[in-house]
Amino acid sequence: MKHVDEYRNKALIEKLAALIKRAASRSYIFMEVCGGHTAAIHRFGIPSLLPDNVRLLSGPGCPVCVTNNSFIDKAIAYSKMEDVIITTFGDLIRIPGSSSSLEKEKARGADIRIVFSGLEALEMAKSGSDKKVIFLGIGFETTAPGTAVTIKEAADDGIENFYVLSAHKVMPPAMETIIKEGVALDGFICPGHVAAITGSSAFSFIADKYRLGCVITGFEPVDILQAIYMLINQVNNDSPGAEIQYSRAVTRQGNVIAQRLIYEVFILSDEQWRGFGVIPASGLTLRKEYGRYDAESSIPLPPSVNVYEEHALCICGEILRGLKIPPDCRLFAGTCVPENPVGACMVSNEGACNTYYKYRRNE
Amino acid sequence: MKAHVIHIINTDGMSKHVSMSHGSGGTMTGKLIRDIFVKRFGMPEPLTDSAILNESGFMLAFTTDSYVVDPIIFPGGNIGKLAVCGTVNDLAVSGATPKYVSASFIIEEGFPVEDLIMIADSMSDEARKAEVNIVAGDTKVVEKGKCDKIFITTTGIGIMRSELEHISTAKKVKPGDMLIINGPIGNHSIAVLGARKKLGFNSPVESDCASLNHLIRKVMDECSEIHFMRDLTRGGLATVVNELAQIISSGIVINESSVPVEEPVKGLCEIFGFDPLYLANEGKVLFVAGDEEYKKVLELMRSTPLGKYSEVIGEVVENNRNVVVLNTSIGGQRLLDMPSGMQLPRIC
Amino acid sequence: MCLSIPAKVIEINGNIAEVSVGGTTFKAGLQLIENVEVGDYILLHTGFAIQKISENEALETLKLLTEMENAMNQETSDEAC
Repeated sequence: MKHVDEYRNKALIEKLAALIKRAASRSYIFMEVCGGHTAAIHRFGIPSLLPDNVRLLSGPGCPVCVTNNSFIDKAIAYSKMEDVIITTFGDLIRIPGSSSSLEKEKARGADIRIVFSGLEALEMAKSGSDKKVIFLGIGFETTAPGTAVTIKEAADDGIENFYVLSAHKVMPPAMETIIKEGVALDGFICPGHVAAITGSSAFSFIADKYRLGCVITGFEPVDILQAIYMLINQVNNDSPGAEIQYSRAVTRQGNVIAQRLIYEVFILSDEQWRGFGVIPASGLTLRKEYGRYDAESSIPLPPSVNVYEEHALCICGEILRGLKIPPDCRLFAGTCVPENPVGACMVSNEGACNTYYKYRRNE
Repeated sequence: MKAHVIHIINTDGMSKHVSMSHGSGGTMTGKLIRDIFVKRFGMPEPLTDSAILNESGFMLAFTTDSYVVDPIIFPGGNIGKLAVCGTVNDLAVSGATPKYVSASFIIEEGFPVEDLIMIADSMSDEARKAEVNIVAGDTKVVEKGKCDKIFITTTGIGIMRSELEHISTAKKVKPGDMLIINGPIGNHSIAVLGARKKLGFNSPVESDCASLNHLIRKVMDECSEIHFMRDLTRGGLATVVNELAQIISSGIVINESSVPVEEPVKGLCEIFGFDPLYLANEGKVLFVAGDEEYKKVLELMRSTPLGKYSEVIGEVVENNRNVVVLNTSIGGQRLLDMPSGMQLPRIC
Repeated sequence: MCLSIPAKVIEINGNIAEVSVGGTTFKAGLQLIENVEVGDYILLHTGFAIQKISENEALETLKLLTEMENAMNQETSDEAC
């Protein structure tokens, strides 16, 4: 497959691994903040190709992992309404809320359907059903533009029974929170597809303000290894800067059309991230002009009386912030396993605990 | 007044309702089967594709399966063809010669007779190809909405060769043995997924649904060092190699680059985030052959119509006990685990 | 869900393109990009084309990697002398 196979070339990868080994003159910790990177790194066995002094840490890059319980609880509450169809990306279906999950509710008979695009959900609303179709909008800047387009199309076509429950977030504020917390890091493997939308300039603060390594990275093994090599050089030469490794998809200014669409439909708001608490200006909420498509404004929910208390030993929050790794958790691979997960990090295919369990637990 | 909800860990992990993940073929299915059925029915472990029954000098293989695939017609086959192939294969991989099959149908009110005829024709064609007889059956009709079009259950009996009893239990598997598969994986899942038009893609992929008993017979007749056989269904190659790793006292290594996957299947897996190693198949068998004989096995397989693209994909190793390690296509290493939740519902 | 994959544009009908990934075709909304032509490669994500893939930049990346490899081989042979 073009634009894929070339970046999985074994010989090239061996050379890159050798280059990294040669350049790694001290110890380095690099964090990635994208579920796609977590999955790619582990699926290809990249940690096994790196020398021991180069460590990769997983941050809050899995959008379902950082989605709060209250969002799941609201979705579940909506699903219990007779005239509602919940449409969601598959990844969200097993994430735990306060006392249940969408999958469990589906097993009990709730109308919850997996979709691969917001447009699919809109089609359901258009198809003459008198039910209310609520689309659960999760994802970062890569996914938000698609939801924005869907909402605009609903508005243009005058669709009355389509709604979005938004948990969309933007990534840079979470990265800044981690840096300010003082997590021991030498640099970031920056999310290539988020940057395809935002442009590399959205990440330059990492280098400019905090003097940490910063490389905008693609998702193939060659991309990731090349980025690690570039990060090592930035650290060795004390020359941090928002370098673009993923130049075939990322520019400095990014996708201006998509950016405009995001901010036409959404506005930045303070948002709760699982494990972080509230991060100012990190969430995307529907603007008043599109308020009728906001599920919460248009379909009132009964006041919630449940307050979630995490299992005392679950350290998802610290793992998402890069302070701990999955094997540090006492529940990991014992009580907490993919078939019987305690925390969100074990549920999602892109969660740090799930990937560690699947690919590395024998280490 | 605010109420606090404490998240209680259900230590025995038993769910209150059956969910789609329980039907995936992975660890959750295994747990459901063991917790509820195996215990109560007194079935011995390890669980194998067919039960081997010894009765007054006759050794029989006996198996049953239900088919709920959605949609009922897909590129490369339909629910009827699947129902015959699946049961024939379960008998054949246990080392038995499949002989007799029964077929029970649960049909939804309003189901077109034309489609029923088409399904029955497919079943009789496939039975003829596999040289088995469909000798018993049952038909029930339920009201509209009480079942989805048609469900089929087939049960099969085959004559066992007693010297092949070890085939399912892997007693003879040892380090140095080689793993061989008869062709590319993932086709069935992708074909069925593509046939569910609502997912909005067109795929040229066809299901690999086929009766493997002739290929298996040929190999078993001419080779004496086959130590294990299993067919790959729900849960894919990863499930079978993990099941094997768990019952032997050594480990398994799989070489990702050697596992055949067709381009369109690869592409779809990339886009949906599937791993082909976990996708369902309906015409694939895994052989574990002794190191002295595996090359002969491979050549023999490649000389058959259903084994043209056979490949050696891994080996049994001394270390990494009970674990499957994957040598990735780029030279890295990682675990190849059992699937846990649902990849694709109602795939067979 | 986070997945974006390179896909080739094979047909364009207004705002929707037919794109191919290894032989399988999908529909992709073109509302987020402009100046797309049949034969271009785009990144497909949740039913939308989110960016065009630059052929030139891709070639540059691969060229750079080859240069890095040559530089390393040169160093190795220098060391060996």
